[in-house]
Amino acid sequence: MELLPLKDAIAAHVRDGDSIALEGFTHLIPFAAAHEIIRQGRRGLHLIRMTPDLVYDQLIGIGCARALTFSWGGNPGVGSLHRLRDAVERGWPQPLALTEYTHAQLALAYSAGASGMSCAMMPQYAGTDLERVPGTTLRTVRCPFTDAPLTAVPAVNPDVTVLHAQQIDAQGNVLLRGIVGAAKEAALAARRVLVTVEERVQRLTADMNAVILPAWLVSAASIVPGGAYPSYAQGYYPRDNRFYLAWDEIARDRAAFTAWMERHVLGVHDHAALLRVLGVAA
Amino acid sequence: MSAPDYSRDEIMTVTAARQLKDRAVCFVGIGLPSAACNLARMTHAPGLVLIYESGTVGTRPKVLPLSIGDGELAETATCVVPLPEVFAHYLQRGRIDVGFLGAAQIDRYGNLNSTVIGEYGHPAVRLPGGGGAPEIATYAREVLIIMKQTARTFVPKLDFLTSCGFLTGSGARAAHRCPGGGPRAVVTDYGVLRPAPGTEELELTALYPGLTADAARAATGWPLKVAARLETLPAPTPAELRTLRELEARTREAQSRPVRITLPSVTP
Repeated sequence: MELLPLKDAIAAHVRDGDSIALEGFTHLIPFAAAHEIIRQGRRGLHLIRMTPDLVYDQLIGIGCARALTFSWGGNPGVGSLHRLRDAVERGWPQPLALTEYTHAQLALAYSAGASGMSCAMMPQYAGTDLERVPGTTLRTVRCPFTDAPLTAVPAVNPDVTVLHAQQIDAQGNVLLRGIVGAAKEAALAARRVLVTVEERVQRLTADMNAVILPAWLVSAASIVPGGAYPSYAQGYYPRDNRFYLAWDEIARDRAAFTAWMERHVLGVHDHAALLRVLGVAA
Repeated sequence: MSAPDYSRDEIMTVTAARQLKDRAVCFVGIGLPSAACNLARMTHAPGLVLIYESGTVGTRPKVLPLSIGDGELAETATCVVPLPEVFAHYLQRGRIDVGFLGAAQIDRYGNLNSTVIGEYGHPAVRLPGGGGAPEIATYAREVLIIMKQTARTFVPKLDFLTSCGFLTGSGARAAHRCPGGGPRAVVTDYGVLRPAPGTEELELTALYPGLTADAARAATGWPLKVAARLETLPAPTPAELRTLRELEARTREAQSRPVRITLPSVTP
């Protein structure tokens, strides 16, 4: 584990054309890292995330992505991700190749990747159109013991997984607390792991069975207070539901979206500056 | 007859909440399902176990979450489990009594579309997609659906089948290895549709006070069958209305609260 400023961590570990998973299920979404990727102008990324959320709406709309692997692409409780829709429906700003799973399938695909398996299996249920989508990567196999049909989902092994977490200790071990989604599996499946954290502490305030990424699994870490905003960090600040509601209007229009991104992401030096511009931090 | 003291949205949420039995284990979708489930828990079903797909098990939020993973859900949960576990160990293993879903389109067998309007490769509208719904519809012992009824959403043929209802009718679920029981009721802003014994085709079994079967038929894209015995549903009680309105007021207040983050004076 190397402790780096976020700019240096992204410069060293995220490359054009990478497959990249910025994970965190509603909670602990690494927005600061995504914005730094946008500022550094990465292109041709294959984005992987169970719920693309606003973070991928921004990466897609600004032109960083060529492909998306996902399982639910909406603004939770609000409606559409308009930039994702524009890319899929009208190819703006560029076409986006989709690989689509259910939550259960993508969570399993990360687990398979984390286990060094080529695929994961689940009981097959037929009847939906999901397995008939053109280019589907789902396959049917037979259980060698019962002969029951099983659905095989190929493992997902991102080039790099990026997480936000609450704490890092003096040795570089990282603690995630609260809703953890498939963050641990996505990290263990990846070739490289980048983490941003709320704070550095001497000792993690963790129970024995807490979700901890040992320092030697983490490629680089950066201390970025507020780094999950407008998502949240349990114990630090809540989800800004007002921002998620306001995003619907900002993202609906190409020009309004571009202007917002130019002022708030491309036009600021770092995440702290964004929080000050938005009036979230003093 | 004087105008009722409740809205169509309110009687829909109250009617959906009444479908839930106390102590049932319920896998909850966001939006209308979440409002109905929490209203049930705050009224007649205090022992209702709510599981959201964010891995929050046995959660008891005081305000309705905007997203499936608000901090309120984690703070008030019995436990918070990783996603591979909530889908495999809880849902796929058959530990869920009731799955509660919404969708963009439904057909006469209760099949649901939340993926695309139009062709998959060239959609007119790209919808969010399956998320947790396909497995909830497959594995829950029974499924409740809550949707506003219009001829655009209650369609003769889905553009895409995301989540299984009764597929092509009686017996089709078993032939397709869907272990759960399928839709038990569809609660709309007209009343309740239930699968007819023998065919599993949805038929109108109950209406809200003051509404007609003809109006419900006009809001359906297929020739909607009406049960021989058509029930009139009871209006919300004052206690149900008060609980729902207080819940919604607390939710509005919570969602309008500004977020403040204190940055360290010197970033390390």
